[in-house]
Amino acid sequence: MTRPAGLAVRTETLAKTYTGPRGEVPAVRGIDLAVRHGEFFGLLGPNGAGKSTTIGMLTTLVVPTAGRAEVCGLDVVRHPVEVKRRIGMASQNNTLDSDLTAVENLEFRGRYFGMTAAAARRRAQQLLDQFGLTDRRGANPFELSGGQAKRLMICRALVHHPEVLFLDEPTAGLDPQTRVNLWDLLRELQQGGQTILLTTHYMEEAERMCDRVAVIDHGKVLASGTVAELKNSAGADTVITVTYDGAAPAGVGALRARPGVSKVEITGGQVRVFAREPRGVLGELVSTGATAGVTVSDAAQLPPSLESAFLNLTGREYRE
Amino acid sequence: MSTETVPAATAARLRPTVAQTFVAMMAREVRVMRKNFVSTFIRVILQPLLFVFVFAYVLPKIGAGSGVGMFARVRGLPTFSTILVPGLVASSIIMQGMMAVIFPLMMELSWQRSITDRALAPLPIPMLAVEKIAAAGLQALIGGLLVFPAVLLIHARGQAPEVHVASWPMLVLVLVASSLLAASGGLLLGTLIDPQKIQVLFALVLLPMTMLGCVYYPWSALHSIRWLQIAVLANPMVYASEGLRAALTPQVGHMPAWAFLSVLVGGTGLLAWAAMRKFTARVLT
Repeated sequence: MTRPAGLAVRTETLAKTYTGPRGEVPAVRGIDLAVRHGEFFGLLGPNGAGKSTTIGMLTTLVVPTAGRAEVCGLDVVRHPVEVKRRIGMASQNNTLDSDLTAVENLEFRGRYFGMTAAAARRRAQQLLDQFGLTDRRGANPFELSGGQAKRLMICRALVHHPEVLFLDEPTAGLDPQTRVNLWDLLRELQQGGQTILLTTHYMEEAERMCDRVAVIDHGKVLASGTVAELKNSAGADTVITVTYDGAAPAGVGALRARPGVSKVEITGGQVRVFAREPRGVLGELVSTGATAGVTVSDAAQLPPSLESAFLNLTGREYRE
Repeated sequence: MSTETVPAATAARLRPTVAQTFVAMMAREVRVMRKNFVSTFIRVILQPLLFVFVFAYVLPKIGAGSGVGMFARVRGLPTFSTILVPGLVASSIIMQGMMAVIFPLMMELSWQRSITDRALAPLPIPMLAVEKIAAAGLQALIGGLLVFPAVLLIHARGQAPEVHVASWPMLVLVLVASSLLAASGGLLLGTLIDPQKIQVLFALVLLPMTMLGCVYYPWSALHSIRWLQIAVLANPMVYASEGLRAALTPQVGHMPAWAFLSVLVGGTGLLAWAAMRKFTARVLT
């Protein structure tokens, strides 16, 4: 498959400040993104981080207050109609057309994008089959379950073969089965060459699906790269947990001084060591115990997760 | 996966023009109108139907027997049904045009913000406003035409409305301009008003507009209440009623053509322009 040259999405110090009754509220404060064609890119962040505003600017419906954004090489402010021809978007809310049935939602979307009625009908049926919605084709959007409505919205975003597919929190509020099924469908799309930019605050989703991610918070990119790079750069720790068959030996406190260890927690017979450089830590816990005359009854080593990296970057205070 | 999902290659083939997208959106409106035809028909027809039934049939009948002469035929004066034909058609046009755009817009701009759906179609946002005006204008026109059979046919003996079209082009122009005026005004109101205050809209805007819209009396007859005759000039429905009066019942005293035409056409332009700006500001944040 040939891919177009250039980037699918590019932003330079893109910013949006809302002016409301409470004065100026900066939602996005200068972010730089680069998404390649065919890439599955994740925009991660807590609620209110600026993810949806960013998607809004990239899909031309939110007007940036500073910086610039390009989709498929086209400026979103200067060429909104051209940009809209090349993108599909499934937003967080259910924005299905409730005056139309499920299949009509897809057919008319195709016709808005220049398909003939017959071509739109064929494409709609194909998508309904692909997304397991054939038996709901005549349903009103209000009669669909949350998962079905989400899938239909993704179908609708795909009708006109967009170059870039934007998904704003596609699995929010869905049950685990529906979520896993949706992930399979999205992976299938990506394998077919679809460029996808998704926002999420589910770490598992980003870890499983995304080639690259950017963590944003308070309207800024805190880190970006592959999931593996992010885990390393964010200083996420491996957690080594050891349980002794007696009280933890006093000597384990000395591990705090070991290079690469960030924290040691001791509760009764259990010791948890948080280490960026975990090699040798488990051995030392065993030998310290042996010296003190206690043996290790249980031991576990957890590699760093995207979640711990994410929390390291964004902090732990409650959001919204 | 089939080749259907190869995006770059297939996307290049779909290059809809703005006109194609506009037509497709109108096709959607027509589909929805067709689906809702029965409920719309009942909603549109019921009020004028009952109105002519009571005022052009029941009351003249009662009057003839009981000596209540108000609605009985007075030689040389137009029947009340003659007054009502242009009035009720005009009020149907204005009401349908406004409601056809206000109700869906309230839903689209609030709650789930489903306007996003059509805002993402490859069309400049002001053109989306034009499309909404065109669609609501079409519904207004249909709303007006649906009323004709009722107002022409329901009346007591001797109370038939005297209707003759002096100028067809004038009739068509007034019908179309009134429809677009109502749709543009509806779009402007819909973008200005808070969805929770929709009840207020009915009480404070739509009801007085009808009662004081020269629907039930010709504007020229208001000369005996001079202040009211001047005050109602602020009401756009007056120009629709008077325009139709001139086109359908020219024998009844009516406003000069230059007056109602300049308001119907100029007002449509002005309201449509303001509505387009306001709508664009609401959709793009």
